[in-house]
Amino acid sequence: MNAQIFGIHGAALELRSQRMGVLASNIANAATPGYKARDIDFRAALEARLGGKSADASTRANMVFKVPAMPSMDGNTVELGREQIAFTENAVAYSATLSFVQGRVSTITRALKGE
Amino acid sequence: MANDQRMTLFSMTESAMSAQLVRMNAAASNLANAGSVSTREADTYRPLRTMFVSELDRASGISTVRSEGLLRENSAPTKRYDPFHPLADETGHVFEAPVDETAEMVEIMESARQYQNLVQALTTAKQLMLETLKSN
Repeated sequence: MNAQIFGIHGAALELRSQRMGVLASNIANAATPGYKARDIDFRAALEARLGGKSADASTRANMVFKVPAMPSMDGNTVELGREQIAFTENAVAYSATLSFVQGRVSTITRALKGE
Repeated sequence: MANDQRMTLFSMTESAMSAQLVRMNAAASNLANAGSVSTREADTYRPLRTMFVSELDRASGISTVRSEGLLRENSAPTKRYDPFHPLADETGHVFEAPVDETAEMVEIMESARQYQNLVQALTTAKQLMLETLKSN
């Protein structure tokens, strides 16, 4: 039912929210020795989600480690600039997806009201 | 934070912010003790360092930072010849705390930058969450 109404946008919104958590974790761990920056392979995760897996399972299966441009001596691979750009990009994409979802909702509401 | 609960962005940021706070306090203590002298080498102030450990919550895929206690840096104090100093030992030496003020200032600046980043990320996330809640 949920999938029928929102289509790809519902799944994408869930994954965008999960990715936001992962990217925020990278920002939080910018100074932790030995921390490896992670990201979600969004395309693959979305395919897995549309293929019927749960949101948690599809993000977990498509978690990737980032390759740093220049690794630091303490083994930390977070590059703050890249993380901030990825976070911003993800936030903008979240907003876009959210407006698609809102569009679907208002379409259905209008149909129900019979205006 | 309760351990049986799923980690949210909020609890993650909260924990990371307090870790940065510990780090900033340690650096401020080091700065405050810069230049302090003592008679014996063993009594000299040694700089404090925080140890950051990342903590992964498997349920949500979010990992936070925790400061795993404070450690004393194992650096040798500066031995200075100052026979008229009231704390000088029998050979006329005092031991000065091995605090690098510039390094501590950089530590505080970096910590403040990261604190700001956390706040910024949380603000963005919170705004998106509110927008999602408000939708029609």
